[in-house]
Order: sequence, then C-alpha cells, then structure tokens
Amino acid sequence: MSNQSDSAAGGARLLLSGNEAIARAGVDAQVALGAGYPGTPSTEILENFSDLGGPAQWSPNEKVALEVAIGAAYGGARVLMTTKHVGLNVAADPLFTVAYTGVAGALVIVVADDPGMASSQNEQDSRRYARAAGVPMFEPADSQEAYDMTLEALRRSQEWGLPVFLRVTTRVCHSKTIVTPHGRIDAPTPTHFERDIPGLVMIPAYARIAHKKLREQLAAISEWADTTEWNGLSGSGGPSLGVITSGIVYQHVRDAAPEADVLKLGFSYPVPEGKIRDFVTTHERCVVIEEGDPVLAEAIGAMGLTVESKSERYRFGELSVERIRRILDRDESPEPSMPKGKPPQLCVGCPHRKTFEILKELNCIVTGDIGCYTLGVLPPFQAMDTCVCMGASIGVGLGLRHVIPEDEARRVVSVIGDSTFVHSGVTGLIEMAYNRPRTGHLTIILDNGTTAMTGMQEHPGTGRRLNHDPAYQLVIEDVCRAVGIERTFVIDPVKAVDELKDRIAESLKSDALSVIIVRRPCILALAKIKKIDTANGEPKG
Amino acid sequence: MSNPNVTNVIVAGVGGQGVLKASDILGEAIFRRGFDVKKAEVHGMSQRGGSVKTDVRYGEKVYSPMVPIGECDYLVVLSADQVEINRPSLKAGGVLIAPDAVDENRLTNKRSLNVALLGVLSRHLDIPEADWREAIRVNLPEKIQAVNFEAFALGRNS
Repeated sequence: MSNQSDSAAGGARLLLSGNEAIARAGVDAQVALGAGYPGTPSTEILENFSDLGGPAQWSPNEKVALEVAIGAAYGGARVLMTTKHVGLNVAADPLFTVAYTGVAGALVIVVADDPGMASSQNEQDSRRYARAAGVPMFEPADSQEAYDMTLEALRRSQEWGLPVFLRVTTRVCHSKTIVTPHGRIDAPTPTHFERDIPGLVMIPAYARIAHKKLREQLAAISEWADTTEWNGLSGSGGPSLGVITSGIVYQHVRDAAPEADVLKLGFSYPVPEGKIRDFVTTHERCVVIEEGDPVLAEAIGAMGLTVESKSERYRFGELSVERIRRILDRDESPEPSMPKGKPPQLCVGCPHRKTFEILKELNCIVTGDIGCYTLGVLPPFQAMDTCVCMGASIGVGLGLRHVIPEDEARRVVSVIGDSTFVHSGVTGLIEMAYNRPRTGHLTIILDNGTTAMTGMQEHPGTGRRLNHDPAYQLVIEDVCRAVGIERTFVIDPVKAVDELKDRIAESLKSDALSVIIVRRPCILALAKIKKIDTANGEPKG
Repeated sequence: MSNPNVTNVIVAGVGGQGVLKASDILGEAIFRRGFDVKKAEVHGMSQRGGSVKTDVRYGEKVYSPMVPIGECDYLVVLSADQVEINRPSLKAGGVLIAPDAVDENRLTNKRSLNVALLGVLSRHLDIPEADWREAIRVNLPEKIQAVNFEAFALGRNS
C-alpha cells in the first residue's frame, strides 16, 4: 500500500524505510529463510520480506529464531535473522558459538538498536556484541545502504563462511529515504548438508581449534576493512577538522558540520586500523562522534591514537544535528529541553484495563513484563511494580515470594502477555511448579490473541504463521496444566469481571499455584483477526 | 546555521489521528515531484494514544532525516493540544498549520482532517496537484479516496 511501486527489477526509484529496504534486498538475494521475533524497531523487516514473497517466520523467541537460521545456513542457504537489540541477548548463546563454527551458506543477523528508547527497556549498544562474539558488522546510514549492505553482508558471509551483523538503529529502520534497487544478485548455490564434525560439533577439543581459526579470520577481515569502499572519506574540508562516525550519525554530522572531513565506517567491525590511523594523523582536530557507548573512541584509543570523544552526557539518547553541533563546539551548557509529549496509554476499551483496576484495588505487588500491558504502570492504574525483560515477571515474582514476609508475599502477582509467555514465560512457569514458594503463587496471563505492542504479529498461540496462514495453535492452558500448575482458569475480563476479581482474591489467599488466563482479543486487532479467520475459512468464537 | 536548500516539514498529533499516513502522503508527493526526500518517524508506543510526530525533509540533497529544533519551515498539527509542545520546532517566520485551519464541520468524514490539513500545506509547497492526488490514491484504500480528495480540496481552497 505505502510503496509506490512493487517492481522488483533494478532501476526503479523507490521511497523505502530501512526495514523495507532490507526486506527487498533479502528478496533480491533470494534469501531462503527469514526468521525472528517481533521487536521495535525491527519488526517490519520480516513482514515486508513476507509480503514481497520471501519465506519468513516468527519463532517463539530470538534464540530459537537464530538456531533455525543457523541450521539453514549450515545447510548452505542464504538466511536473514532479525531482532531488536534486547532480543540479541536472548539469542546470545547460539551467537557466540556460531561465530566459531561459521556457516556453509550465508547468515546475516539484523540487529536493531533503539538509542533513546522510543520503545525499549534499555539502550544497550549492539556494537559491543560484534566485539564480544567476533562477528563482523556493517552499519547502514540510510535505506539505500540498508539495501546495498544487506546484499554485501550476504555475499561476505558466504565468502568468509562466518555470520555477519547488519546493525541498524530506529532512525534507519523507520526513516524513509530513496532507494534504487539493482535487481537480483547471483543465484544461491544448491543447499546440501556437508558433514564436518570438527567444524560443527563444538566440544572443547574442536572448539579450541575453532576459536583460533575465528581470530585468524578476523585478523584477515580487518585487512579487508582497510580496503573496502564501505569505509570511506567524504568532504574536502582540508586538514583542520576530521570526524569519525558510523550509521545514522553520519547524516547528522554532514548537516551539523558541512565543513568537516568525515571518515564513515560502513563496515565498523573489525575497524579499519590503517584508514583510521591515516585519517587521525592528517587532521589537526579529530572527533569521534557516535551514538550510545564510546565503542569507536575506545577502539581508536586502544590503537594509541589521540582523538576527541563526546562527553558522557551524549551516551544517553539519540544524537541529532543540534547535539552534534554542541559536541563540536565543546558546548557543555545545559541542553534545551523540549516540552514533553502526551505519554501513550492502554487503549480505551483495552481488555487489559479491568485486570489492572482489580490489581490496584487489591493492593497487589505486581511483577510485570514486556508488552502493551506494561502501560499498566502509568496512571490511572499504577499497578505494576517491576519490569525487567521478556518473561521476567514470573521469576521475579517467585523470587519475591521466597524471601519477603508472608503478608507481603501473598500480594505478589506475576503479569505476562500471551506472546511474551510463549517467548520466555514457559520456563518461568516450570520454575513456579518446581521451586514452589511456601505461599504458592499467582500468574496472570493477559491473552489478547496477538503480539499487540509491536503492531499485532502472530505467535504460536494465535494458531497462525507470520503470513497468517493456519498453523498448529499452542493452547496456553494446556501448557500450564502440563508443567504442573494446579489451578488454571480462563476468564473473559468483560463478560465475567466479578469472577475475575473473586478468582484473583481467592488465589492470593490460597497456598496453591494458580494461573488465570484473562482472555479477550485486542480491540485494535479484532477486526483484522476476524478478517484473517474468515479468509482461512475457520471463523473462531 | 540551517541549510537553505532543504525544506523542513513536521506533522504532529496523537496516535490514531493519521499522522503517519499524512506524512506518507506528503513524502510520496514530494518523491513524485523528483526531490531528494527523507521522512523520520517513531513507531511502537505512539500507537497507544500518545504524541506522534513525523519529520519530512526535502530538497536537492538531504542528509539527516530529523528536523533540527527551531528549523521547521511548516508545522502541521492535527490536535490542538499538541500545538504548544511542537512550537519550539518552528523556525522564526515558519508557518504553523493548526487543526482549526480547516472548518471541521465541512468535512464529510472528520477522520480526513489529516488530509485536509495537507491541502492547506499544499498551498505553500511547489508540488503539482496531480502528484498530491496520486500520493493520496496510492496511500489510501479505494473506498475512502473520494472523501479524502474532497478533504484535500477543502484545505487547498480554504
């Protein structure tokens, strides 16, 4: 709908978001599988990839998505895995070891950071992961580069036999800029599994060898970083001011300091040491300008070079043209604050509202989770006491129950959404049954039948795949019973609000393990769900 | 300090008003006119009734997709309570297009206020009406196109 042309051929000029551009490159490269879990700002990559005809799937969580992607890449396929920054934490376990094993095909991990936290619980900097795991990294600065670098990252991954990161940020993902796709690249080679026991089975004896091999490969890639045009100079301002930067920040720098020479690192790990050394030594004043952590500044400092870096305050939030002007002017005066906008809230008519009203009324200690319902923390409800990460509500609630005085422990309730429950709440529930608190526990699963926060994506509990085709539907209450929860209730918060309140109050008093599934579809998703169900020929409820 | 070769537009409002859609139409019309154009927005929390703002910049060559504070040429606001919080974006002499720039009662469907205000904006920009119409056409479902063409005309001729 939003794109003016659906031509996949080269040459057409398109106005695309970074996410749309990555998706289009995936299709043009004939990527055999795109796997991920929804997360702002990365979600639309796989949705667009699927709309353009690419085989895409939502996995239960990022760890599984990456594992599936690894398997496909072991089989020689070209694969995209997408995640938001915090999702990469979930997938970190396979990440660090697939760097050792490498891949036979191509594996590009698209990681979308959210500096400034437009819709995230932290602003961690994924560039650290490239260094920690030893995974080469590209950083596009606009949609054209997002397209080009996706193709390049796929090519390099195949050539090097290593996973490669494409690191984007909110302003690359969600900004639309002009893209000229160049059509399809060489067809992938046929898939096949080639047995390579020492290369793919990471027992210590083989992993020791694999780690050394990885470091040797990275040393060679570091030389490539010095020759590739992705790391390039712009401007001809002469030797007085040089700026080293990467990603979206490059664009702000060009506006803030048109007079500066800029060394832009499109390929930012391993860093191009030779180019950086030349650039620093040929400019009188050299400033490293980067969003988030001082990752480049540290790397350049470790090379023994002296460069200026931003002050600590610019670690926080997004950079912008104004902030970069201040960095270059060494202006440490307080930054002007813009008037605050209206905060988001639970929709009028949101089925979650009733639950939060009851939890507030019963003075519960609510361990919360990640999703729309986190908005239950805001007035008028203020009915949430903790929020750490996907799935944490259950474990954190149990931990509290174990140690706090009984009268307080009996007020602890874990609240988690349906998609979040499937993502990483199941193991928390197993913990609940296995290491049960003396006072029992209550977990409320707010089941609105969709991954609402990120824009209504499917998950195993909806019974539909990413492209809405029917799939096996995970029955959450069956999972609860199977892991050993004694009392599982399914309640409609609108039709049976009194029952909901009584059940919560009574569960808190008892020493039992209870799960209440509060089930009613998201009001935003309702019409869409009905339409899909009708199209699938299986109207539900 | 600002780049005179780049025109900066901000469309602001609250979630559900069609701010993102309006900026898609605007971006599309500019794109059709042949300019370099960038459009920045933030998804996620904004869907839940909170403040929403999109930046659209165009000209011969655009770098940053975000309009620097105090450099906005045209500020289009869909919700009266969002005018003051966005006003600091406007440059001295910049044009504010507030929701009362069109008479809401003359709209067949009040939900097309976003497109009506684009009609008002269109009087200031060097973009042919045909490009605007095409941008509206490709961005909206067929059944609501007529009412939006009407809303656009109301703004453009008001």
